[in-house]
Amino acid sequence: MSDSLKFAYYPGCSGTGTSMEYDMSTRAVCRELGITLTDIPDWSCCGSTPAHTVDHTLSCALSARNLQLVENMKMDTAITPCPSCLTNLKTAERRMKDDDMRDKANKLLDNPYKGGVTTKSVLQILVEDLGLDALKNKTVRPLKGLKVAAYYGCIMNRPPEVMNFDDPEHPMAMDNIMTALGATVLPFPLKVECCGASFGIPRKDVVMNLSGKLLDAADDLGVDALVTACPLCQMNLDLRQSQINSATDAKHNIPIFYYTQLMGLALGMNEKELGMNKLCVSPRKAINAIGSENK
Amino acid sequence: MGIVNITKSYDADFVRQVEEESGQDLALCYQCGNCTAGCPYTFAYDYPVSKIMRLAQAGQKETVLKSKSLWLCATCESCTTRCPNNIDVAHIMDVLRHMARREGYAPVPTVKKFWDSFLDSVENNGRVFEVGLLAAYIAKTGRFWTDLDLGPKILPTGKMHFKPHQIQGKEEIAKIFKRYKEGSRK
Ligand code: SF4
Ligand code: SF4
Repeated sequence: MSDSLKFAYYPGCSGTGTSMEYDMSTRAVCRELGITLTDIPDWSCCGSTPAHTVDHTLSCALSARNLQLVENMKMDTAITPCPSCLTNLKTAERRMKDDDMRDKANKLLDNPYKGGVTTKSVLQILVEDLGLDALKNKTVRPLKGLKVAAYYGCIMNRPPEVMNFDDPEHPMAMDNIMTALGATVLPFPLKVECCGASFGIPRKDVVMNLSGKLLDAADDLGVDALVTACPLCQMNLDLRQSQINSATDAKHNIPIFYYTQLMGLALGMNEKELGMNKLCVSPRKAINAIGSENK
Repeated sequence: MGIVNITKSYDADFVRQVEEESGQDLALCYQCGNCTAGCPYTFAYDYPVSKIMRLAQAGQKETVLKSKSLWLCATCESCTTRCPNNIDVAHIMDVLRHMARREGYAPVPTVKKFWDSFLDSVENNGRVFEVGLLAAYIAKTGRFWTDLDLGPKILPTGKMHFKPHQIQGKEEIAKIFKRYKEGSRK
């Protein structure tokens, strides 16, 4: 594979903590597919939702510090697995093109950002830069027999003018990846609905309601598992699934994988390397379904 | 939802300020209700998002800035994506939150305290330190952790760290916050 598959990598804060299996499986899969990731040295928090609820210049500066570090690396494209980090980085990338905003945000920084770095999701470069054919060619253990639905969450593709990737109402990138890997993909009607985001702690009732609906819809479809691309979605659906069951009187038992974990299985990697043991709802039943069609 | 007497309380300055800070034209909203139809949080709001738009248009400063909805909006971007008039509604919600903060309104205190604890964590460590964030939030709200049942689920995964990640640029980040605070005091 060519030189073009080299990117600056932004893991995001949750990647070093509550979504470490996403980070692990992303790195493992990229390595296997010949994609070189170089960590942005000394990257800092993008500020996430809390920063933009306080002030847009502050939010922009927190993201721009990271874009400036990418400039230092003499690289022009940064990728991140986390949609929330992506939104902040992309919004900053865009706002910093405005002279006025760039001046104001740069005043908060030690090292000013010149502009010119592009940010994308890992999902986007897998589909657009690597391509599904390359992925198919590398598949050694097709996910045949596994019924999945892809859940994108609200902000991976929205608003379209900022995110610039896939369809804002019916994204297909993960569906297509799962199909290419041999899984049976069921159309998930709530693929871009919000899971309750970061309200799990300050307003748990909101998450119980919204994530509860997602799990109901997944069970109605009869899936073996859901795949997600967002640490917050994964945490609300997986870690909080038992709370949702108590709050809504349900009996869900649906494994919630990061799509990169299932990619890794199809590429022949071992479960430990993909952080399967870090999921709260046991993935066993779903993993055992793989290959069941052939038996 | 109370009845508002629009002629008495129209605040033209407020309308101008919202438009200036958001770069959006409030008059473009013709109350089709698309934003509300797609907003997942309507069930928890005091005013649905299209009503917030109408109230803002009508210069109802106090009603808008006191609204709980501003603090429960998750910035899911559904409204912005679906508005037929290309109004960046989520951006307006953000700007209204900024104004509410400046005027000292926080009708959903748990949400504000959670966000504040998050930013304090970034200011102090350069990155978010999840366990520290939780502890700070509990201290700020005086609420006992309502997620005790999650402990046995998350602890064995080894995902929670009990010490913050130290980054070299820690001071640089603290300076971003310092300069921001100095600037906004002027
Ligand atoms: S979708 Fe747009 S035009 Fe329709 S009510 Fe909402 S803001 Fe107004
Ligand atoms: S961005 Fe906020 S107001 Fe708009 S649809 Fe989402 S939650 Fe509702």
